[in-house]
Amino acid sequence: MSQSKHPTSPHLQIYRLPLTAVLSITHRITGVLLAFGCVLLVCVLAAAADSASTYQAIVPHLQSWYGQIFLVGLVFSLYLHFCNGIRHLIWDVGYGFELDTVDLTAKLVIALAIVLTVATWVVAGAG
Amino acid sequence: MGDLRSPLSRAKGLGSAKEGTGHFWHQRLTSLLLVPLVLWLGFSLASMPVDHATLVGWIAQPLVTVALVLLISAVFYHAQLGLQVVIEDYVASHAKRTVTLLLSNLVCLLFGLTGVVSVLKIAFGA
Repeated sequence: MSQSKHPTSPHLQIYRLPLTAVLSITHRITGVLLAFGCVLLVCVLAAAADSASTYQAIVPHLQSWYGQIFLVGLVFSLYLHFCNGIRHLIWDVGYGFELDTVDLTAKLVIALAIVLTVATWVVAGAG
Repeated sequence: MGDLRSPLSRAKGLGSAKEGTGHFWHQRLTSLLLVPLVLWLGFSLASMPVDHATLVGWIAQPLVTVALVLLISAVFYHAQLGLQVVIEDYVASHAKRTVTLLLSNLVCLLFGLTGVVSVLKIAFGA
């Protein structure tokens, strides 16, 4: 594409993205991350299907500090994508396009993703 | 403009890619299916001990087996559709895009199948 002399707006390196725009690109990034998360899930399932010892070779890594940090990130990505996906589904049926509502649901998505992530570790700790 | 299209193609409304709104619709259908399944999987896995016997015993329950096969199929189809959009948006060269798309589809298919086969192998105790 040839460079145009026209001013471009918004310029992504200067313009402060609204929360909804941040969530929009985050939805893509978490989507790609989660595809790799699914690959990991299948690896664990395949290890479990192979033998108890293959499975046991993986588990300590997931329980280690680096495994737990990775899992917290993955589960938070999952619930962020999950909640924002539901927000998209609500948009798809035609609701929630008012600016105030869009901003409110964006904050709600982030809050709910944090709650669900914390709840996961609470359940894991209790179980 | 519209004169160039046959009445049949206009009635079918599938456009030049022959898929119409199929991609969009399947992305939404799989996401709807995944809403309950993901919550169920996340909190089920979190609530159980991590040892092999517990996991295998859980997977081998018929309803769990079915739900897991459904989840793995839906999630890899959903991932394939999502990755396709990302690749189409960001890989500019036609040749690279085609190869990346084929690879992405292949990887989704392979891991989806591996997941389903693993679950079934555990379920049938082979």
